[in-house]
Formats: sequence, structure tokens, C-alpha cells
Amino acid sequence: MADTKRQQSILIVDDEFIVRTSLSKWFAQDGYKTAAAEDAIHALKMMDAGPWDVIILDIKMPGMDGLELLKKLREIDTSAQIIMATAFASVESAVQALKDGAFDYVTKPIDPDHLSHLVSNAIRQKMLSNENTLLHQHISETAVSSEIVGESPQMARVLDLSMTVAKTDTTVMIRGESGTGKELIARTIHANSARRYFPIIPVNCGAVSESLLESELFGHERGAFTSAQYRRKGKFEMADGGTIFLDEIGTISQKMQVELLRVIEAKQFMRVGGSETVHSDFRVICATNRNLEAAIADGSFREDLYYRLNVFSISVPPLRERRVDIPQLAQFFMHKYAAVMNKNVSEITPDTMDILMRYDWPGNVRELENVIERAMVLAVSTSIRTCDMPFQTVPKKEGPADRTLNAVERVHIEEMLKQNNWNISRTAEVLAIDRVTLYNKIEKYGLKKP
Amino acid sequence: MQSIKLVPVLPVSIDLLRSLCAPLEAEYRLPVRVDAAHAFDSECAFDVSRGQCNSSVVLAELLRLFPGHDGKLLAITSVDLFIPVLTFVFGEAQLNDLAAVASGCRLREEFYGMASDEGLFRERVLKEAVHELGHTFGLLHCRDFNCVMHSSTSVDEVDIKGAHLCAQCAAAVPGRRL
Ligand SMILES: [Zn+2]
Ligand SMILES: [Zn+2]
Repeated sequence: MADTKRQQSILIVDDEFIVRTSLSKWFAQDGYKTAAAEDAIHALKMMDAGPWDVIILDIKMPGMDGLELLKKLREIDTSAQIIMATAFASVESAVQALKDGAFDYVTKPIDPDHLSHLVSNAIRQKMLSNENTLLHQHISETAVSSEIVGESPQMARVLDLSMTVAKTDTTVMIRGESGTGKELIARTIHANSARRYFPIIPVNCGAVSESLLESELFGHERGAFTSAQYRRKGKFEMADGGTIFLDEIGTISQKMQVELLRVIEAKQFMRVGGSETVHSDFRVICATNRNLEAAIADGSFREDLYYRLNVFSISVPPLRERRVDIPQLAQFFMHKYAAVMNKNVSEITPDTMDILMRYDWPGNVRELENVIERAMVLAVSTSIRTCDMPFQTVPKKEGPADRTLNAVERVHIEEMLKQNNWNISRTAEVLAIDRVTLYNKIEKYGLKKP
Repeated sequence: MQSIKLVPVLPVSIDLLRSLCAPLEAEYRLPVRVDAAHAFDSECAFDVSRGQCNSSVVLAELLRLFPGHDGKLLAITSVDLFIPVLTFVFGEAQLNDLAAVASGCRLREEFYGMASDEGLFRERVLKEAVHELGHTFGLLHCRDFNCVMHSSTSVDEVDIKGAHLCAQCAAAVPGRRL
């Protein structure tokens, strides 16, 4: 991602050649500027080439040892974050290092996951204490996923609400039938929020079995259950700094509802089988296609959790209520799959579009995408034709494709004219309007006698 | 003509390597072949004291077998890899150079005590294969969470990121035909 931040730098001080080279290489892939020093004398020399954002410092070195060097380095540069590394977990020297101003310490061999997060935390903390920080430079342009397509007033409203709530840290509930693109809206909110530099973690609550959901959300410690040989982080922990997106929130059990309410309120929890409290700073966005109010009424959804989650609500309309967006969406998916399949298909014939416009789309945007994808597979010419449609013979609806009053009126007038063989007087009588009005409407809608 | 050669480092399923060819070709627009004839045993890189394979040694062996290969070399193995200072690595690559290696060991759900999920496993292996090859093309870690070049040091992070290069990373691959 384009970012005009200064390249961050790491100095590695270790007497072992292999440690210096492998860590330098490893951090170089993260885009850090790296340098290494084999002992205290070289390290002190390297301070001229600084400033260094992070210094990884071996505690045990021949000559001046790490603890002594730590104090010297702190005198030269108070803002460098120093992480001590030791081959043996020596609590004493680690405690001393922290007292002397080290940021943290790690034991070798180092867990890469721990190291990577430790270094980014060290840099984040350094930046936060600095006025000219990246985190303060909030970029003002808005980022909307290219997959959110449509110019209907309904979608404009949804986007408007999304942008408004993105600027806050409020919990959001996104409602809408399945396939309407609720996750895209959640991602848009996240991408325009102050949390954008941290991840959005999606959890499909409906897709995970009850027994696994707890471990999925909160993680587990080694040995938490018989086959758990390694610690696993949960989604709430992964979402630290970012957003957790809980999809199909209406499907979770009563027990999980209680757990969820607790973690959302306290922002802390324990991993399954663990006793250590884990803190995580996350924002909650949830989504549901269920009628939660009915679920509360029949006792299957907790009212207190509902109020916790439903602070700001956004309803995504079903596709049949925004048919004007269908042509643009269909074109979007056509171009998308043309690129993926490397196929030269660039048109949708008018009668095919007519079928698309009339269909009711119970599966919403996702169904439309599937239909276009399938059509792209079948298409043998440069356009998508009716024979590429799965349902060309049974258009679901007779009647206007969009439901605006004008559209309905146009179809109705045309139909009445047909029934009366374009006899204007009789048609006007049936419609209970005068002939001048009827002529005006025929002209307005461009109706023509066949 | 440049090509990407996939080399099995045993034990590993050759079928797994074969399944990577088409998606890797689509990502890098270069021919991808499995060289089963030159498969070698992970034994040569095994470190008894750690019970894991040294990924740098695997890379050295790869370069010894195919000196001056025109394109990229990617070794795939099912054994756990490490570099001396870290407890493990999912893979290692020579930045902007010839060779890379990726391990499927920690990409299996079983490794974490979960039920086996072959589809998820293959998805993760593909992500790591694309990722390590990306480094050989000179790509660094990407800040885009959907980009396959996003850094991932835990399997959960592998799952969060997408399987493809973002537009900027794709554009930075030298000679990638559009
Ligand atoms: Zn990497
Ligand atoms: Zn990228």
C-alpha cells in the first residue's frame, strides 16, 4: 500500500553471525532498514548511522554485556525502543533490563509471531509518543469497495450511513437478507475508520459449530482439550486495534450470547483452558438476516445483548427493491469474470437484461453474481444472451422492472391502449383521465402504436 | 523462457505440488512445473537437536541442484522449518533472487488440535507458495490485509489475508505480463 512513511529501522546487536544475518534478512522482508553489530564497540559506532527505531540487543556478549550496553545506548538515544534477547530465560537480568528502560525481552529461539508483534508494538508506541506520527495523519479520502455498485437512492443512503458511522467507534448492526452484501458494508465502515491500519476479522457465527465457536472467538491454550498441542489465538485477540465482524449473529446459542455480552463490555477475556487475561481493543460490527426482535420475543435472543449490538443500525435493501441497480451490477460482474476467465464478453443483450430486471432475486446480489458467472462460462459469443440464463423461460414477474410510480404507470397505460386497440377516447375513459392527459402521457413515455 | 520449478522435499505429497501449478501460473503468468525427478529428502537439512529442518540448508540444496535455473525455484515440504534464531518459519525466500521454500506442517488444522480440513490446508499452502515466490520477485511485505504479501506469522493471519497479489504488488513483479 502506498504510504509515505519514513522507512523504519532496526539495529541488531548479537555476537552470533547467524543470528545477525537471519534476523536482518527476516526484517528486511518487512521493509525495515536493518543493520547489525557484533559487539558493544560496533553497536556504539552504529549509533551515528541512526536514529534506530528498534534495537534488538543480546544480553550475553563477550566484552561489555548487553545490560551495560543498554544503559549506554539509552544515554545516546532515549527514543530507540530496545528489545533484549537472551538464550536462557533469566528472570533476574530481564527484570533488570526492564528497569533500565528496555521495551521488552525475548528468549531465543524467538517465536516469530511474538517478535513480529513486539516490534510493531514498539514502533507504534514510539510513534504515539511523537507528535508527527503516522497514526495522527488521518487520510481524509473515502475508500469504498469497487464491489459496492449501484446508484439507487437506497444504496446511496446505506453508503451515507456507513460513512457517518465509520468516523465513530460505535457498534454497528447491519441487517438485510442473505446475499445483499452485508460484509462489504462492514468492510467499507472499517476501511474508512481510524482502525483502518489494523485488520477487520470476519467470523461467520453460523458456519462454526457451537463447540468450536468459543475456541474460534477466544483462542485456546496448549492442552485446553486433548488434541490442542499448540496455543491458538482467537478472533477477538486478532482484532486488537481493528474491527471484529460477527456475521449471522442471530444463530449463536444462549451460552455464547452470555460470553459475547461479557467480552464486548469488558474488552477482555481468557483463552479456552487458560488463566491469563487477554486484553483486546476492538470494534464490533455484526450482521444478521434474522428478525431479532421476534427472536427476543420468543426468548431465543437475549435482550441485553441485542441492545449492546444494535446501537447503530443499517439496513441493506434486497435487490428487488433497487432494481435500477441491476444493469450496473450485471455489467460489473460481467467485466469481473471476463477478466478472471480471460473471455472476450462485453455485452448483455437487451432481452437478457430484461429477464434480469424482471427476476425477483431471492438470493440477492450474490445470486446475480452466480447467474452472471454461470452465463460467462456458457457464453459463446461476445455477449451474454438469453440462452445463457438459467431461467429464461419463466420470468418470475410480469410487470414493470422497476417499481417507481412512473414505470408502473407506463406499463399500465400501454396495456390499456393495447386492450382497446389504441382507441384514445375509450382508453382515456377506462383510465379515468381526459384525452389530452393521455396524449401527454403517451408522448412522455414514448409509447407507439404497433 | 523463464519458468517456476516446484521441487518436492520429501516427505510431501506430489499431488499437493501439482495442485499448485495452475493457480501459480495464473498469479505469475509463467509456466509452472513440478520436478518430481529431482525430489530430495528433507533429511539433508534435518537438525536433530530441534527436530526440525533448517530452511536455509534446504535453499542451499536447491541452488546446488539447479545452478543458474532460468526463473524461480520453490521447494515444498511437509516437515517443520526453522531458521536458527526463530522457533519456526512457514517458509524462507531469497529476496529478489532464485529460490524459496515453504512448509505445510503448521498449515494443517490437525497441528493445532482441530479437525482436519483438506480444503483449508490447500488454500493456506497456495497462499504461502504465492507469498514466498513473491519475495523471490523482490516483493516485500504489504500493508494491505487482503494481499497475499501481507506478513503472516501465525496460521490465523494466513487465513485473514487473500490468496492473490494486490494491484500494487502485482504491478511490482518484474516482467509480469498483463
Ligand atoms: Zn514473507
Ligand atoms: Zn500487496
